[in-house]
Amino acid sequence: MSENILEVTNLTKYFNSASGGIFNRKKGVVKAVDGVTIKVRRGETVGLVGESGCGKTTVGRTVIKLYEPTNGQIIFDDQDITNLKRREMKSIRSKMQMIFQDPFASLNPRHTVGTIIEASFTIHGVKPVGGTKKAVGELLERVGLNPEHLNRFPHEFSGGQRQRIGIARALALTPKLIVADEPVSALDVSIQAQVINLLDDLQKELGLSYLFVAHDLSVVQHISDRVLVMYLGKVMEEAKTSELFLSPRHPYTKALLSAVPIPDPQLERKRERILLQGDLPSPMNPPPGCVFHTRCWKVQDKCRVEVPQIIQIAPNHSLACHFPEPAK
Amino acid sequence: MTKFLEVNNLSVGFPTPDGLVKAANNVSYSVDLGETLAIVGESGSGKSVSNLAVMGLHNPINTQISGSAVLNLPTGPVDVITADTEVVRRLRGKVMSMIFQDPMSALHPYYSVGDQIAEAWSLYNEGSKKDGLKRAQQMLDLVGIPAADKRVNEFPHQFSGGMRQRVMIAMALVNNPSLLIADEPTTALDVTVQAQILSLLKDLQKEFNMAIILITHDLGVVAQVADRVSVMYGGQVVESATADQTFYKSIQPYTIGLLDSIPRVDITGSHRLRSIPGQPPSLINLPAGCAFAPRCSFASEVTDNKCRVVEPELVEKRADHFARCHISAEQLLDISASRAGK
Repeated sequence: MSENILEVTNLTKYFNSASGGIFNRKKGVVKAVDGVTIKVRRGETVGLVGESGCGKTTVGRTVIKLYEPTNGQIIFDDQDITNLKRREMKSIRSKMQMIFQDPFASLNPRHTVGTIIEASFTIHGVKPVGGTKKAVGELLERVGLNPEHLNRFPHEFSGGQRQRIGIARALALTPKLIVADEPVSALDVSIQAQVINLLDDLQKELGLSYLFVAHDLSVVQHISDRVLVMYLGKVMEEAKTSELFLSPRHPYTKALLSAVPIPDPQLERKRERILLQGDLPSPMNPPPGCVFHTRCWKVQDKCRVEVPQIIQIAPNHSLACHFPEPAK
Repeated sequence: MTKFLEVNNLSVGFPTPDGLVKAANNVSYSVDLGETLAIVGESGSGKSVSNLAVMGLHNPINTQISGSAVLNLPTGPVDVITADTEVVRRLRGKVMSMIFQDPMSALHPYYSVGDQIAEAWSLYNEGSKKDGLKRAQQMLDLVGIPAADKRVNEFPHQFSGGMRQRVMIAMALVNNPSLLIADEPTTALDVTVQAQILSLLKDLQKEFNMAIILITHDLGVVAQVADRVSVMYGGQVVESATADQTFYKSIQPYTIGLLDSIPRVDITGSHRLRSIPGQPPSLINLPAGCAFAPRCSFASEVTDNKCRVVEPELVEKRADHFARCHISAEQLLDISASRAGK
């Protein structure tokens, strides 16, 4: 058994946009994910951060094969799942589950909570010991909901409670890996902490591995063992969480971290920010050379021409930059 | 001392078939020119609703509003709650402006951004359409949109989220208002863009000596820009103080709980977040006594179950530091210090 539950190598996912059609528009390719390599060890939480449009959600969805990868390899639990068909994926999916961002859109409003969670068992033909009803009740209890509420509908719950229902559904088939796509970003601050603590507890109890996709660096910092920073479909930097946050080496990571507000007014007043100019370039037409060079404050001629390869610079720390920041 | 805007005992209620939704309940706050007041709270705490009332943007037919919101103008004070709708309309966009969370739905998709800014300008200024567009271009330049001369003729969909928010700011400031209400202006934006917009707002405030009310749920943003903070919960202001007092010497259990429950990017290492148990209250059926009591970890320190029976008042507990709690400031600070030590 490999120590990694998930090994993604050189994953690419391109989307074709507007092919022909009545207006005969030019065919374009959106390079949403462009050569991403991720390893998730068993029992580990790997955070995937970046701004909107950087491809982090696409990575999550491709890993679980909701999207077919364009290129690359995905090995899950020692099995190559890159080219598995839909039918063949079914048995795999019971071991890898997803938690979605929007707890209002991800639960069927016409189904009771019981039916929603039960569906996992029915679809995969699993007969839990002691009956489905009992299993659903136990799942609800495990995520901190009243097991008697299984006959209620999603609209009777608050956002935080609905996210707990989504987590219960993901846990039903005792998965090994959970891909969590922005699981707390739709929740209020005080509720967010409850759900983060729940995810923490479940990991300890059940030995889960998480691929945690989020834009909120404070949350990712709190929950992850390792973090990958993405920009325009590529991984810019990858490191152990404490190292990445205390000593970021990639200019983009450094700018990103300096932009995150810290709830400490005196610290904020003396903090120096690296203000990035402009916006994310279009992934349909990414800049040549280093994709970050259009906004980088350290840009040099080499960056505009040559694509930096991701290289390991220290144990547990790699990055893609021609001119990295010195280590702290 | 009178401040530029003084909101006093403002209540906003929406009658529904299920009962009256008390969205804002005796809310008081004030902000002066050149000052930034942050109003912090979770969804449903009444922060937007009370400021929409200040702007006069509630539909009078299905809203019950009471209290006062006085603008101390050079020409004399005006209470925008009781004033004639026509008077308030003449203040809107001229003296007070608002920017919203979602810059896409706040801009009209069929008109160029220049036209939309020029329209706001022409309401209060004499001049041709050409003058208006010239002014629009100046404003776009001011808010940091590159190539403003070309972009003034472009449409909202041609702008990115951050650029659209800049357009909104340009439109709100085209008539040099004295009060800007920014309702979650950076919530829909990425952090790098958020940093740009916040620093832009700070610069513009210095330039125009504006009063800014920033409505947000993000305590990091508050720490970055606010001079004063009002924390709202269950439709009420529960604490009001300077930013430093709020963050370092809070004397209100909800604020303390909120500050404890957020992860910080600058503190690494795994510690458990201290979350606030339970859910925010229903605004139709507010709990008796203190609205926060059912979730409060300090309520057990008060005898006779007082928190569940008697509603605490917002009182000045220390110099310029107001809080709504039955526990004394000293006792609260002692308890939270001993808890932090554990």
